[in-house]
Amino acid sequence: MSVISLTCIECPIGCALEVEMENGNPVSVKGNGCPRGKLYAENEVVCPKRVVTSTVRAKNGVMVPVKTDRPVKKSEIFEIMKKINQTTCELPVKIGDVLVENISDEANLVVAGNA
Amino acid sequence: MKNYYDIVVIGGGPAGLAAAIAAYDNGAKDILILEREERLGGILNQCIHNGFGLTRFKESLSGPEYAARFVDGVLARNIEVFTQTTVLSLTKDKKITAINTEYGVFTVEAKAVILAMGCRERSRGALNVAGSRPAGVYSAGTAQKYVNIKGYMPGKSVVILGSGDIGLIMARRMTLEGAKVHAVCEIMPYSSGLKRNIAQCLDDFNIPLYLNHTITRIEGDKRVTGVVISEVDKDKKPISGTEMHFDCDTVLFSVGLIPENELTKGAEIELSPRTRGAVVYQNRETLVSGVFACGNVLQVHDLVDFVSEESELAGVYAAKYVLEGAIEHDGVEVVNGSNIGYVVPQRLDKNIGGNVKLFFRVTNTFRDCTITVKCGDTVLLQRKKKIVVPGEMETLLLTEAKIAQTNGKIEVVLEENV
Ligand code: SF4
Repeated sequence: MSVISLTCIECPIGCALEVEMENGNPVSVKGNGCPRGKLYAENEVVCPKRVVTSTVRAKNGVMVPVKTDRPVKKSEIFEIMKKINQTTCELPVKIGDVLVENISDEANLVVAGNA
Repeated sequence: MKNYYDIVVIGGGPAGLAAAIAAYDNGAKDILILEREERLGGILNQCIHNGFGLTRFKESLSGPEYAARFVDGVLARNIEVFTQTTVLSLTKDKKITAINTEYGVFTVEAKAVILAMGCRERSRGALNVAGSRPAGVYSAGTAQKYVNIKGYMPGKSVVILGSGDIGLIMARRMTLEGAKVHAVCEIMPYSSGLKRNIAQCLDDFNIPLYLNHTITRIEGDKRVTGVVISEVDKDKKPISGTEMHFDCDTVLFSVGLIPENELTKGAEIELSPRTRGAVVYQNRETLVSGVFACGNVLQVHDLVDFVSEESELAGVYAAKYVLEGAIEHDGVEVVNGSNIGYVVPQRLDKNIGGNVKLFFRVTNTFRDCTITVKCGDTVLLQRKKKIVVPGEMETLLLTEAKIAQTNGKIEVVLEENV
């Protein structure tokens, strides 16, 4: 049995998590201040995922904040960044507008701020 | 134009927006917000990363999304807003002189003023780094504005001094946009940033964090070409022989934030040398009657959620001031004792009523310690803590009943358990 140490990133408290592993699978999580930490740890040791945030340049040059509407595989972040940087849009847009459908893993790229 | 308002809010960032909404909803309907930038939202507009609002909205929002909720709130109410308006001065009797292109220089008077100017970054000038002053040296916040608002990269090869949250966030942001971030160095033995940001901004991208290190030389003539970083001893003096060299074209500074209180000083409002913000009662009223302060202009917060909460408090009491008139304060001092850096509010007034949340920071990392709030020999509150760090603001709730027991100076102290 091995133990993996992680920092929970689900909230600003940043609990120090210890995940006990057996045959590559998490069997227990310690240190989490709330249930979200357990879930985070169990996913993190198997397939880490992150929400990607960035900007897209609108046709008039204004930068539009964007994000993936769910976490995507960490290993694909740079692929996704490439796609984001090839994307453009026409203004106006509003928060939640989908700019790229299924940019990765069924996650859409959505507008995350008023431009 | 009108030159008299019940409430004038200086600053249209998260603090000003939340304060204005709360004041309006508590009965003050004649409100003006003065904002220097083109649009409301303040620094949140350039904080495109997520993680905002977890406390307040129970969801993870980007900075602009968090701002939009409050901007929409202001727009949905009959609150007047002047953008691209710079406030030049404030007087004790609540006259505000400002300038914009529409009205030129103008003066407005208010029954109550809410100071919500936020903070600015400590500059490189405040630090003694040897070497020339080539191009390519930015504060992390300036770099953030370039990348996220203007859409261009200030450099490709980066070393960051200081591990404040903005520095950590920019380490990730510039990495995502194709830059190589070689190192983040932090002169203290701990990071002042959130642990989650160390994990998701540095560890995720294998960016090394050098604690107890500082930049000792910046090289380059016209443009930065490299830096030397060194380990420091207990007195923060570089240890010779520990130098490491990095080739880079950009240096970012993320070495702390300072409340922006030039206007406050001009109005002769008493500031705390510890927070560098105004001295306030628990209702966030400064020692000048009818002038309130909230958000990062009062104390630099870790989370915008707490800025909103504090600003609502200021807004509620500013409205009360307008509707019910000034209150005679009967206040006791709240002071920071051993191992505590500061406490806000610095004054407690029993007449205000209600529970009071004390905000404070510790001066160092402590494990297994006890934090005590006391008045003379009376212990009002005591909390054991496994670990506390200066980078994270602590809070304790003093109930109205406890406050009733006080008869003099209140002190917050931290003691290590032995
Ligand atoms: S475990 Fe819960 S409380 Fe701890 S950091 Fe994660 S989300 Fe926050």
